[in-house]
Amino acid sequence: MKQYIVRRLIYSLLTIILIATVTFFMMHSIPGGPFTRERPVPPEIMRVLNEKYHLDDPLWKQYVDYMKGLVTFDLGPSFSKIGTSVNDLILSGFPLTARVGGLAVLMIILLGIPVGIISALKQNQPIDYFVMFMATLGVTIPSFVIASLMIYFFAGKLGWIPPFGLSGPASYIGPVVALSGYSLSFVARLTRSSMLEVLRQDYVRTARANGLRTMSVIGKHAVKNALIPVVTYIGPTVAALMTGSFVVEKVFAIPGIGRYFVESVSNRDYTTIMGVTVLYAAFYVLMVFLVDMLYAVIDPRIRFEKETG
Amino acid sequence: MKKVVFRTMVFALLASVAMIAGCKKEAPVEVAEVEKGPVVMNWNLNSDPKTIDPSLNGASDGGDVISNTFEGLVRERSGNVVPGVAKTWDVSEDGKVITFHLRESKWSDGSPLTANDFVYGWKHGIDPNTASEYGWIWHYTNVVNAEAANNGDVSLDEVGIRAIDDLTFEVTLSAPTDYFVSLSSFYHFRPLKQSVVEDPAGAEGAWAKDPKLAVSNGPYKLTSYTIGGGMTLEKNEYFWNVAKVGIDVINVKFIDQASTAYTAYQAGDFDFLNDVPPAEIPALIAENPEFYVYPLLGTYYYNFNMDLELWGDARVRRALAYGLDREKICEALARGNVPAAGFVPPGFPDDKGADFFETAGTYGLSTDSGSIEEARKLLAEAGYPDGEGFPSFTLMYNTSESHQMVAEMVQEMWKTNLGIECTLENQEWAVFQDTRKQGNYEVARGGWLTDFLDPMGLLAIFVDGNDYNDPNYNNADYNASMAKASSSYGSEHYKALYKAQDILMNDMPIVPVYHYTDYFLSSPKLKGWDRSMLGQIDFSTAYIQE
Repeated sequence: MKQYIVRRLIYSLLTIILIATVTFFMMHSIPGGPFTRERPVPPEIMRVLNEKYHLDDPLWKQYVDYMKGLVTFDLGPSFSKIGTSVNDLILSGFPLTARVGGLAVLMIILLGIPVGIISALKQNQPIDYFVMFMATLGVTIPSFVIASLMIYFFAGKLGWIPPFGLSGPASYIGPVVALSGYSLSFVARLTRSSMLEVLRQDYVRTARANGLRTMSVIGKHAVKNALIPVVTYIGPTVAALMTGSFVVEKVFAIPGIGRYFVESVSNRDYTTIMGVTVLYAAFYVLMVFLVDMLYAVIDPRIRFEKETG
Repeated sequence: MKKVVFRTMVFALLASVAMIAGCKKEAPVEVAEVEKGPVVMNWNLNSDPKTIDPSLNGASDGGDVISNTFEGLVRERSGNVVPGVAKTWDVSEDGKVITFHLRESKWSDGSPLTANDFVYGWKHGIDPNTASEYGWIWHYTNVVNAEAANNGDVSLDEVGIRAIDDLTFEVTLSAPTDYFVSLSSFYHFRPLKQSVVEDPAGAEGAWAKDPKLAVSNGPYKLTSYTIGGGMTLEKNEYFWNVAKVGIDVINVKFIDQASTAYTAYQAGDFDFLNDVPPAEIPALIAENPEFYVYPLLGTYYYNFNMDLELWGDARVRRALAYGLDREKICEALARGNVPAAGFVPPGFPDDKGADFFETAGTYGLSTDSGSIEEARKLLAEAGYPDGEGFPSFTLMYNTSESHQMVAEMVQEMWKTNLGIECTLENQEWAVFQDTRKQGNYEVARGGWLTDFLDPMGLLAIFVDGNDYNDPNYNNADYNASMAKASSSYGSEHYKALYKAQDILMNDMPIVPVYHYTDYFLSSPKLKGWDRSMLGQIDFSTAYIQE
């Protein structure tokens, strides 16, 4: 097990380095740069700017310098907020993004999974129809529509939630619902279908035939197996939600980091593009790793040690 | 297994409790309880400015903040130049030396402000090592050696800016420049406190966003700043005209989603919005007295790539310019835009006080569908009756819904009115800048706003060699006329400018489409604010009337 973890950690690190490398060179290959303006910057100023930000160095040197910085968690100065470092941008925005994302993840786990299980157990009954109807809506309506509608009705018309920012418990409702809407619905549907499949398995029938109580069959045997695909989906989703959403943060005016994923690219804010990409990659790799660990716990068929003897 | 699920659930539950506990309401700004609370104004500035250091800033969002945190020599309010730190100023007989007489005034930290602070602030902006993206403005000021110093060719000591004594500031120009005094009201031309700007902790303009370091001399001073969130400006008790400042605290937010800000405005959370959702504009213009529309000194147009043989015949270019119904386009945009029959927008008074736009006229170009017959005639004369035989070309614009809408209307009009086909192509903004700069286009969108109150600010871009001469237009008469305009003043200056626009509209290297507008939503209780012709928002005399 230990050996496996060490090996996985090394692979994870390599993955992050690879992602950073590919992003770095792709980003530099697109036309335009951080100082592209409608009104061109005078040549002398351009020269000084390039020198200041080391954009006049050969690309390989810029790459090596960036990677060196990355090792010491120095993400460099932002191009689009002069005088501010990317570390500051992320440190100031991430706590807000993570709070909203964390609550969204909890919603998905605490609501999506139980609702899916109930729906499967009450297949083709009114409650199942209702849940599936809501879940279909949730999957099909884009988050910006949910977000805009919430602002229009609950903030504008009814005044139940504040229209922007994170200022109190009520202000989290809008962003969390808009952010978790899709995944919550998807997890509910996934849990339901996976559960239905498991319930038809022989071992469930056997367990029932052995006289185990229904709750015990479901809790001990069915749910455990039904959760495998759900866990696979939730892992990467956690990474995505914890690093924020451009749309949700924009509509609810949350000064998180979600917006930088889009804005930094259009601004050619090289250091910010790298900063948020590496952060997301690290989260993603971590979640995939955790999911793999969890498989071993849930699924008795998966073992990480070589069978001995 | 049950245990695992149970454990996961318990963990999740605990985490959620911890998280909700973490979502504590941010403590409201503590204010001393006095009989009458502080006068607070809530303002949504659409975005978190790149910088609010006057010497570095080149954007309007930063400019709106600076015009409230810093005071220049003068202020321009609705087109009138009024004294700022300068009480009076005189211009030498030859128009080349302007002497500003400053009042005694202080920085927001209580230290005295002198003419040397202006010298430092202005030269800091010119210094190529400051690398101000807005440094190019000095190329248009006619200040002796300012352009050369910005280009790194001469030392800053040779720039025509000096302090004669603590309260006398002198500017020497290479040619008389009518617009110089009003230009000096712009956000770039501010005094700076050297010890603050050079504080190692405040490098690259970081000082201006740091409440612990920021020192300014305007009606308000910065007291808090949250990246991406907002900032707080409080009345600066050391401001020379503090008696007129009717607001104690301005809470500034950076909400870029116009619909969210508009909902908040309707709920009473804001007193002033810099932007509203485009869909709401027609209704606001028609019904809401709180909605203000101003001309913005700029023009939306299309460039012909003059290097191509395709555009070799002026009659073809004129035909395409005449073949549009600009009123229809402005109507569809529904933002109160003014159809453009020339390049200079309304709002520039000439030497006789008449509006340049009105006097210049329309060059026989009707702003509705009135010129289409003329366009067809021109096209037939050029050898393409009903557009027959004219090759299809590509019209390029940077990706945006409204650019697309205008381009589609233009495409349709050229097809139905002239029988000319074009295809549309959009590119992401930064890619488009490269494409246009490199001349890899046939027809490309352009837009230009001036930063000083003179038609020169617009017409200068079509002089040969100008960085923004995207059509690569080169007409010796035009260049000569513009050279004349930049070295003369009064009637001669305007005569040359009128002549230049005549030449431009005869050659038509561009298709002018419309002139921009600017708008604000201001709650009825907020009074006394002003917008300069150049578009800066000024709350220095604002107050709240319940």
